[in-house]
Amino acid sequence: MGNIILELRGISKSFDGKKILDDLTLDIEKNEFVTLLGPSGCGKSTLLRIIGGFVKPDSGQVFFEGQDITLLPPEKRQVHTVFQKYSLFPHMNVSDNIAFGLKLKKKPKEYINEKVRYALHLVNMDGYGDRMTTSLSGGQQQRIAIARAIVNEPKMLLLDEPLGALDLKLRHEMQRELMRIKHEVGITFVYVTHDQEEALTMSDRIVVMNQGIIQQMGTSKSIYDEPQNAFVADFIGDSNIINGIMLKDRLVLIQGIEVECVDEGFDANEPVDVVIRPEDLIIGTKGSGFTNGIVTNLIYKGAYYDISVTAGTHEWSVQSNVPAAVNSEVSLSIDPENIQIMRKPKSSDEEVIDKLG
Amino acid sequence: MVDKLTDFISRFYVAIIAVFLYAPIAVLIVLSFNKSRSRVVWEGFTLDWYISLIHNRQIQSALMTTLALAFLSAFISLIIGTAAALGISSMKRRSHRTMMVLTNIPMLNADIVTGIALMLWMIQFMPLGFNSVLLSHITFNIPYVILAVLPKVKMMNLSIYNAGRDLGAGPLRAFFMLILPQLKDGMLSGFFMAFTMSMDDFVITYFTKGAGVNTLSTMIYGEIRKGIKPEMYALSTIIFTVVFGVLLVANGNTIGTKERKRGYE
Repeated sequence: MGNIILELRGISKSFDGKKILDDLTLDIEKNEFVTLLGPSGCGKSTLLRIIGGFVKPDSGQVFFEGQDITLLPPEKRQVHTVFQKYSLFPHMNVSDNIAFGLKLKKKPKEYINEKVRYALHLVNMDGYGDRMTTSLSGGQQQRIAIARAIVNEPKMLLLDEPLGALDLKLRHEMQRELMRIKHEVGITFVYVTHDQEEALTMSDRIVVMNQGIIQQMGTSKSIYDEPQNAFVADFIGDSNIINGIMLKDRLVLIQGIEVECVDEGFDANEPVDVVIRPEDLIIGTKGSGFTNGIVTNLIYKGAYYDISVTAGTHEWSVQSNVPAAVNSEVSLSIDPENIQIMRKPKSSDEEVIDKLG
Repeated sequence: MVDKLTDFISRFYVAIIAVFLYAPIAVLIVLSFNKSRSRVVWEGFTLDWYISLIHNRQIQSALMTTLALAFLSAFISLIIGTAAALGISSMKRRSHRTMMVLTNIPMLNADIVTGIALMLWMIQFMPLGFNSVLLSHITFNIPYVILAVLPKVKMMNLSIYNAGRDLGAGPLRAFFMLILPQLKDGMLSGFFMAFTMSMDDFVITYFTKGAGVNTLSTMIYGEIRKGIKPEMYALSTIIFTVVFGVLLVANGNTIGTKERKRGYE
């Protein structure tokens, strides 16, 4: 347990009678890159503000290196935030922005200059010190915001959708930059985003949130490959989620068809949710798969085709490298390894999730 | 050809408007340098009226009162108005709109109504004098400051405050180091607006001043009843020049900001 830097214990928070966070508990390890992922309104940004000290939880406690910091104001915390809108100080130039925290701490001038130069170098902005922040592009402003936080050597950096305002290409570039910076300074990153691709690319660990509770935690791969409920499956990547009945171990009934799978440990005839990723479905000639269907739609997406296949009452979403003619009859087959079986939600919390899916 | 003609007509139209607006003031300024006491005959250039103005004790004390009133009332309403603008901007939409209507009404209200109302209100609490005039001026100046500062508050990215807190500044320091500089332009033009409004005012001052206190405008009014002296032309010219200058500075300030913004885009 010596490796844990931040502990959140039973955090609850409501705004205007609406519950945003519900008895949430989470540990974050030193030097970890943790991403809080979820749709807007899931409570991820509120949780970040509680860690930063801008919002006080209604109940629960925040521990930083074993100390209770629940009531500590933001200026006393060893945690810095990179805000969504960058929030650079428009009346100061780049150097003064970066030096703001150090000047407040009354560090000697040479030390400050040296640190500012290092920070500018770290974010690839050498020589920009005298520019006004308002003359910088969005990506540049975000780099300065990161430099301004890192120069104070916080033990933890909070990033609140820092790349949300950037275009796709710049976003990819900044993702790599962030990972490099993280590697160089070696501090804990807590990253908030609603962009699942961003989360999957950068994180050591992803915390999927919805309705103020944690839906699932784990590495990118475990969350993508083994979603634990319909919400996670639907939110992370595209999914076909369909009702099924577990007949016995390794055999599930989907739309009246028996399909082999690899899941065990369910009750006989237990109703389940079956999750199949679109890229795992294989289109073949009629009669060669577990079901036949009619191609109803075909969209070219650049790297692949998005194909809709209607079989019985269900419309399957398929991603394939080869096109299939609309209105032609095809078969769908799948490797049993790629079928994910999930228990139906029982608690009311989980039912909420089901409705969203 | 037609283009040239429409161009000429539109320029001519603008010129005529300018003449109608400023010709009377030009006459006033010219007459303030006239040797003759006549209002129609020009008898040569002189600075006599300005010189006798300087030696007039009564005018000097009225000028001091006017400047003190303008400065104090502008300064105090700047503080109150800026705080009010910050408060109003963080209100929910309905109370926000209600507050804006409430602050706009005193500006549109007839001065004579405001003046009589303030006079009746003040005499409940204090003898009429400098203090009652000052309080009245602060009252009617606050809406102008709010009007000037509020747009700046709305344009401001409020998370700047949180960013400052995050980097180690306490609440007060974050406010003075980060929030106030964002509002500087609006506060400056609010201050100048309030300053000129206070200098300009006659009606409200007249009702709330009581005996013995005179601003330039109430003093001129008193003098005029005894007969108009050319010193008054000189005095009016000075007032006009000062107000005009202050307004130029205030407007130049906001125009400058806009151009700077455009430069960045």
